[in-house]
Amino acid sequence: MSTEQAIQTYREGARITDVDALVIEGFSVYYETDAGTVKACDDVTFTLKQGERFALVGESGSGKTTLAMGLMRLTRPPGHIASGSVTLNGRDVTKLSDSEMRKTRLSELALVPQGAMNSLNPVMRIGRQIIDGILDHLDEDAGVPTKDELQETVRDLLIRVGLRPGVARLHPHELSGGMKQRVAMAIGISLQPNLIIADEPTSALDVVVQRQIMQTLGRLQEGLDASIMLVGHDMGLVAQFADTIGVMYAGKLVEVGPVEEVFSEPKHPYTTLLIRSLPSLQEKREFLGIPGLPPQLIHLPQGCAFADRCPSRFEKCDESIPQMINLGGRRKTACHLYEGEGQS
Amino acid sequence: MTEQTQAVENSSPSIGVSIFRIISGVLGHFVVKRFLFFLFVVWLASTVIFIIPRLSGQDPVKEKLLLEAQRGGAMQTGLDAMAKSYQKRFGLDQPMWVQYTNFVTDLAKLNLGVSIAFFPRTVNDIVFESLMWTLGLMGTVTILAFILGTLAGAILGWPRKPGWLQYVFMPLLTLSAIPQYLLGMILIFAFAFKLGWLPLFGGYAPATMPNLSFSFIVEVLRHAILPAFAIIFSSIGFWAIGMRGMMINTQGEDYMIQADAKGLKGSRIFMRYAVRNALLPQVTGLALVMGTIITGQVLVERVFSYPGVGDILFQAIRLSDFFVIRGIVIVIVLGIAGATFLLDVLYPLLDPRIRVRNS
Ligand SMILES: Nc1ncnc2c1ncn2[C@@H]1O[C@H](COP(=O)(O)OP(=O)(O)OP(=O)(O)O)[C@@H](O)[C@H]1O
Ligand code: SF4
Ligand SMILES: [Mg+2]
Repeated sequence: MSTEQAIQTYREGARITDVDALVIEGFSVYYETDAGTVKACDDVTFTLKQGERFALVGESGSGKTTLAMGLMRLTRPPGHIASGSVTLNGRDVTKLSDSEMRKTRLSELALVPQGAMNSLNPVMRIGRQIIDGILDHLDEDAGVPTKDELQETVRDLLIRVGLRPGVARLHPHELSGGMKQRVAMAIGISLQPNLIIADEPTSALDVVVQRQIMQTLGRLQEGLDASIMLVGHDMGLVAQFADTIGVMYAGKLVEVGPVEEVFSEPKHPYTTLLIRSLPSLQEKREFLGIPGLPPQLIHLPQGCAFADRCPSRFEKCDESIPQMINLGGRRKTACHLYEGEGQS
Repeated sequence: MTEQTQAVENSSPSIGVSIFRIISGVLGHFVVKRFLFFLFVVWLASTVIFIIPRLSGQDPVKEKLLLEAQRGGAMQTGLDAMAKSYQKRFGLDQPMWVQYTNFVTDLAKLNLGVSIAFFPRTVNDIVFESLMWTLGLMGTVTILAFILGTLAGAILGWPRKPGWLQYVFMPLLTLSAIPQYLLGMILIFAFAFKLGWLPLFGGYAPATMPNLSFSFIVEVLRHAILPAFAIIFSSIGFWAIGMRGMMINTQGEDYMIQADAKGLKGSRIFMRYAVRNALLPQVTGLALVMGTIITGQVLVERVFSYPGVGDILFQAIRLSDFFVIRGIVIVIVLGIAGATFLLDVLYPLLDPRIRVRNS
C-alpha cells in the first residue's frame, strides 16, 4: 500500500500514502479583544495525507498564520484555541500536556518561519541554534551525543540544505536572507518531522532565490517522506509546488481540492476571482483585482462572509453560513451554489 | 594570510615601510583606537579642569588662607606674603604654560598634587584612601543590586512565571521610589537609633585604627550594612524595571516564537534566548553607572558619614581645598572614561553584531 498513490497528483516523484498525517476537525482560534471576539480561524476542517503537499492561500488577514500557529499550539494571548481537534499521527495535539506538546514540536511537527524575518537568535552561532533543538529532544534513556557527533550532525544538515558547513560558526547577521531561510530549514528537518509547516517561507526574498528555496524545501520534504503545509500568497509558486490547495476567506476554509483541478475549474466564487486575478502572459489584460474589501472578523455577517463581494450572490447567501460540501474526488467547497451537488 | 604572502613578496622594501605597516596596523585595531580615544577624552577634560578655575580669577591659596584667617580671628597682616610663599610651593607663581606643562606631566605620572587643607598630605593619598571605601562598598553594592534587580526584572518579564511572584516583587520595587538618602535616614532611625542593632555612622568605630584583624573586618561589615541596604533597595527597582521592559520587548521577537516552535525547554529559552538578549542594554547601563558610582552616592555617604570619596568631596568643598576637589574631578573623569572604554572593548564580546562594525 505504501507505494501506491493515495491521491492523484501531477507532481513527478510524489509518494503520497493513504495514511492520515494530519486531521483537522472543526478547528477554531479566536482572539478576545476589547472590541469583541475576532474569529480569525473558524471551524476549519481538512486532512493531509503522508507525503502530501498542501498549500493554504488567502488574502492578508484571512487567518492563515493563525491557523498554522494554532495547530502548533503556539497561539498567544489574547488568542486561544476555541474548539476542534488536531490529530497528528493519530494523537490529538490539543489534548497533550504542555511538556508532551513541547516534545512534539520539531520532532513530529516543525515550523519553517518566514525567511528574511529575524527568526534566529542574533547573539548565538548558527551551529548552536541547530544543536539546541536536538539537545532538548533527547531521549532520557539514550546517552547525550558527544560534541563531535553533534558537530557532524550540524555539518550534515547544513550540507543537505545547500549551505557550507562553515556557516555553523557564523552569527545570523552574517547571513543573507536566503541563507537564513536555509538555516531555518536545517533546523526544521533536524529531527525528521513528518509534518513541516512553512509560513510564507519565501516572502521578502527575490524571485530567483524564492525558486531555489522552494526546490530545496521540496527536495527535503521528499527525502523525509514528510507532509508539508505551505502558507503562501503567491498563487504561481503554490501552483507549481503543491498537490492540494486550500483557500481561506475571512477565517474560514472555503475551498479544498487538487491544485490542477482547482486552477482549471474553481468552484467557489472567491477562488474563481482569485485565479482570474492572476496575471497571465498569454492574454495581456487589465489587472483584475477583487472589488470590495474582506469583512471585519469581529462583525461577520449572518450569512456568507463573501456575500458583499460575490457576483453570484442570491437570497440564501444572506440567511445562513454555507457549510462545507463534499463535491467528490477530494473536492470540497463552502458555498450555497453547490448545495444540491453534495456527496457523502 | 594575504598579509603574509605580501610580506614575503615585498621583503626587499625598506624596514621603514614595514614598520609603518605594523604601526598603522596596530593603530587600526579597534582596541587601540578606543584607548587613544580614552586618552584624548582624559586630556581634554583635564585641560578644561586646568583652565576653568583660572578663568574665575580667584586664587585658591589666598582664598584658603583668608578663610583660615577669618576663622582664627583677624590678623590679616602678612597674609599676602604667606600666600606668596604658598604659591611658590604649589608652583602657582610660574608662567601659565609652565604650570600647564607641569600639570599634564604630573597627571601623566598620576600625581594629583598636595592638599591645601590637609597639608602636607598628598591628594593621591587622600583620594586613594577614600576611593577604597567607596569602591569597596559602592562597587560591591552596585553590582549586587544590578544582579538582583536584573534577575527580578527577568522573572517579572517572563510570561510563564508563577503568578504569585508578581505580588512578592512589586512591593519591593516601590521601595525604589524612595530617594536613597531618605531611605538611609529611615534605616538609621530604625535600626541604629531605635533598635541599636547597627552603628549610627562611619566606616568603622571611631576608636579603632584600620587593620586587617578579624574583629576590624566584622566592624567594617557592620558599618556597611545600612548604607548597602539603602543603595541596594533603592536601585534594585531601577534595574528590575529596565530589565522587565526589555524582557517584554524580547517576547515579541520572531526568534522567541521560533524558539518555542523548536520545542526548546523553558529554562533554555529563558536564559539563552530571552535573558541573553534583554541583558544587552542593561550592561550598557551598568557600565555608565559604574563610571559614576564615585560621586553617585555623595548623599548616602553624607547621611552615614561614610569615609568615601563623596564624603571627602563634601569636606573639600567646605574647606575650599582646591587640589583635592580637582583630584576627585580627575578621578571621576578617569572613572567615566575608563568605564566607557571597558564597555567599548567588552561589549562586542556580548553582541556579535557590534564586532563587524569594529573590524
Ligand atoms: N494578537 C491578535 N489580536 C487580535 N487580532 C489578531 C491578533 N493576531 C491576528 N489577529 C487578527 O486575526 C486575523 C488573521 O490574522 P493572520 O495573521 O492569521 O492572517 P494571515 O492570513 O496570516 O495574513 P498575512 O497573509 O498577512 O500573514 C487578522 O484579521 C488579524 O487582525
Ligand atoms: S454562498 Fe453565496 S455569497 Fe457566498 S460565495 Fe456562495 S454564492 Fe457567493
Ligand atoms: Mg501570516
